Amino acid sequence: MTFDFSALFRAIPSLFWGATVTVRVTGLSIALGMVIGIIAGLARVWPNMALRGISSAYIELIRGTPLLVQIFIVYFGLPALGLNLDPFIAGVIAMGINSGAYIGEIVRGGIESVAKGQMEAARSLGLTYVQAMRHIILPQATNRILPAMGNEFIALLKDSSLVSTIAIAELTRTGQIIITRTFKSFEIWIGVAMFYFIMTYAISRIVKFSEKRLRYSE
Amino acid sequence: MSEWAVEVKNLRKSFDSNLVLDDVSLRVHFGEVVAIIGASGSGKSTFLRCLNGIEDIQGGEILIDGVNIHAPSVNLNKVRQSIGMIFQSFNLFPHMNVINNLVLAPVKVKKMSQKEAEEISLKFLNKVGLGEKAQASPSQLSGGQKQRVAIARALAMSPKVMMFDEPTSALDPETVKDVLDVMKELAIEGMTMVVVTHEMGFAREVADRVVFIDNGKIVEIGTPQEIFYSPRNERTRMFLSKVINI
Repeated sequence: MTFDFSALFRAIPSLFWGATVTVRVTGLSIALGMVIGIIAGLARVWPNMALRGISSAYIELIRGTPLLVQIFIVYFGLPALGLNLDPFIAGVIAMGINSGAYIGEIVRGGIESVAKGQMEAARSLGLTYVQAMRHIILPQATNRILPAMGNEFIALLKDSSLVSTIAIAELTRTGQIIITRTFKSFEIWIGVAMFYFIMTYAISRIVKFSEKRLRYSE
Repeated sequence: MSEWAVEVKNLRKSFDSNLVLDDVSLRVHFGEVVAIIGASGSGKSTFLRCLNGIEDIQGGEILIDGVNIHAPSVNLNKVRQSIGMIFQSFNLFPHMNVINNLVLAPVKVKKMSQKEAEEISLKFLNKVGLGEKAQASPSQLSGGQKQRVAIARALAMSPKVMMFDEPTSALDPETVKDVLDVMKELAIEGMTMVVVTHEMGFAREVADRVVFIDNGKIVEIGTPQEIFYSPRNERTRMFLSKVINI
């Protein structure tokens, strides 16, 4: 068997198009996941039992079930409740809710990693809990969670291949479609992998760069 | 102004089932410097931390300038503005430079203008001898300098009372003196101070009264003269014989 480079080259424009869909799905999911995750992470440490309980339940439930199943529930399950979603929207919602749980745990860990004395010093100066969180705890936590956030973004980008199952023509789905036409499975999957790698590598460089920008010595 | 800067009545504090402060009462005049001494684990730091409400209490009352800090109508954040708290581990904010460490609370809590807060902050930095470190990062400072910045940070809120929780325990010996000098100056200027300390020299020289705490109870209160040279209680005598040679 030989590696047919020309088949790979011919597929690049379509794969590139698929990759842009992957970027859009992932980007929107991250945005949604960040909003949910920051709220969930704060709720996990908030001095309110009910909030902590709800947040814990959400995080445990999401982390304890497969993303693929979550995608199916949103896309195939919700129509039973009369809620028909466009595949793209369903994918973003499912992935956003999913990443929100992981980001929530990252945020909680970041907050808890800031020394207790920081909160005490801030409160001793008369700052309210919210002010202390905003000006003292969260800025320090942000710095510490960047690497973990980067990992989460990379994981989410790769996991976005799962939305190919609900007919979103992102990178993986595009690869499958090309293969059904050309039968060049090996070449196309290598091409797909390359595109994923370029994207994840870009994220990891961006995260590294922002880590450097934000770093202060402790 | 009320009669007492700090008034503690029958304070009881426990961690779970472990009673760490048992019926502790103490009154501090305005302008007075009270040193609290005692062995590690005696409850003296916990006592101090109860005074500004960082630790909750299980019984008794704490009044700061006549205000019961646990009364339902009282805003604890408001009370804390008038209590300067100095920690053993400084607790400077590492993500801000020195001047911003000072400016934060006056601006966010007292709603002072940025400019006014900066002027006041610089004044207090100069007072503790660190005016030229205004733009430095906390990580560039020695322990003694950090603690002096922490003192300036507390002073920038114009507190009625300053509380010190073993302020020199985490310092290199050569930087202890700078911190103690700043504290002495404050005492001379008439600042009301409650100081938990292992520095017997400081307690003897600067304090108006010395409180000896043992096992969660105040065993003896007296002038430095009384406590250090003629302690009435056997436990005070035992403790002092271990920590100093008189």
